[in-house]
Amino acid sequence: MLELKGLTRRFGATTAVDGVELVVPDGQMVGIIGRSGAGKSTLLRMINRLETPSSGRILSGGRDVTALSGRGLREWRRDCAMVFQQFNLVQRLDVLTNVLIGRLAWQRGWRRLMVLLAARFTAEERAMALAALDRFGLAETALQRAETLSGGQQQRVAICRALLQKPRFLLADEPIASLDPRNAQLVMDALRDVNRRDGLTVLVNLHHLDTAREYCDRIVAMQAGRVVFDDAPGALTPERVRAIYGISEQEFAAEAEARRRAAAAPARLAVA
Amino acid sequence: MSGAIASGEAAYQAALRQRRRATLLGFALLALCLLASARVSEAYPATLLAGLPRIGEYFSRILPALRWDSLLAGTETEGSLAFWMYRLDSWAWLLLETANMAALATLMGAGAGLLLAFPAARNLGAGTLAYQLSRRLLEAMRTVPEIVFALILVWAFGVGPLAGILAIALHTAGACGKLFAEAIENTGLGAWAGVRSAGGSWAQACRFAVLPQVAPNLLSYALLRFEINLRSASVIGFVGAGGIGEELYKVISFNYYEEISAILLLIILAVCAIDLLSERLRHRVIGALA
Repeated sequence: MLELKGLTRRFGATTAVDGVELVVPDGQMVGIIGRSGAGKSTLLRMINRLETPSSGRILSGGRDVTALSGRGLREWRRDCAMVFQQFNLVQRLDVLTNVLIGRLAWQRGWRRLMVLLAARFTAEERAMALAALDRFGLAETALQRAETLSGGQQQRVAICRALLQKPRFLLADEPIASLDPRNAQLVMDALRDVNRRDGLTVLVNLHHLDTAREYCDRIVAMQAGRVVFDDAPGALTPERVRAIYGISEQEFAAEAEARRRAAAAPARLAVA
Repeated sequence: MSGAIASGEAAYQAALRQRRRATLLGFALLALCLLASARVSEAYPATLLAGLPRIGEYFSRILPALRWDSLLAGTETEGSLAFWMYRLDSWAWLLLETANMAALATLMGAGAGLLLAFPAARNLGAGTLAYQLSRRLLEAMRTVPEIVFALILVWAFGVGPLAGILAIALHTAGACGKLFAEAIENTGLGAWAGVRSAGGSWAQACRFAVLPQVAPNLLSYALLRFEINLRSASVIGFVGAGGIGEELYKVISFNYYEEISAILLLIILAVCAIDLLSERLRHRVIGALA
């Protein structure tokens, strides 16, 4: 169980996340929706501790992880894997090694040194990585450089990397915002599969209300850093959307699409 | 309308005059500074004119006395190429030693520079202390010339190539480390966040998220440094730190004029050959890795 208690993050004068209270039972797939700048991204990054909370607490199974550092922090990060909008793979490394990066936090003793110096993982770990890639139809790409893959493939490689961490949570920060509809569906299917078959708790930031309704057990809507809706997907009616955001669902979708187009262009630049 | 054109033109002319005045003033100041610094450093035109012919004279002295009829004769015949290069075997050996010194020093220096470049890259957030320490250390190694390091190391390790290798390696670490750190600072941090979010340590993130991205750049810098180090290695022997420089210094101080030109020619040939080779290698490496 993941509990957020009064979680707040301030950047100077602006408050990106404002006193978020959330309890997520194990195995749930939660969609976090909101317009850009609503604080969804900062919220997920705080849970993984890529951002440090200004105040509030994060509890995992009753254990406070807000102030962890050193090895404790690395093990917490290993337990709550992250997937990013821009995939964040090492472009010039092959796909297999990218996936094996998920094993870094598991290395101990001299193996840790071997991995650091020579990037030598064990045969079991390579088998794990190949099995994960095969599961999402990417086994053939194992020795290709990550930069040669399409966005949708790269995102599925990122999910493989996350799986190799053997995490309990998967935090997906706008995983489909840079993808076309077909690849978006593949990636969302992969996330659902991970949730159903591996039993991971999935928190996924989304722009598309329809996607959230289709895939998630529960929808949390954010506005200006606060949670303004937290209920089953069925309860998010067009009337509720208009009440929360002041715009119709079509306008919301159009805004999300415009953002996707804007985000897709620099994504290709970053690869080059 | 025409009023707007006229006033616009007037403003343009005024701006042009202003810029011209500033440029002229700048040049006048520059000329003044040049004159002042020439005076301080005693670079008088008269001295320059008096000394110029003597450069020519020196070169005419060190030129070998080659004769066409005996050009290809043996080492015993005066005027032959073999007579001029009569110690080619030991000089060639010294040149090889020099090239080896440069290669080893580049390897050691670039390796040390690489290790220091990660804490010295601002974007990786190694902590203020590590950042300041590595930056200052790199600066210190870079600012001290090789020849000064060599003087100290010859005193410590005795006359020979080891002192030269270490001296060049130290300077290389400083020079490469700074360039490496800047290459690292220019890489995106997406992969870094990816590795860190997976529980990777700082060192693991350096190794897996940064190193593969910057490797072609770093390799290219290191090879360029190898070319520079070859030149350094051929003069560092002046202070007894090994290589062909020792021999060059000896023949210069004993005024063995023909041998000076022979060694100089050999050094130039070797440097050119390695320059060409390493440039090819560099381009191939970049092509293969990019």
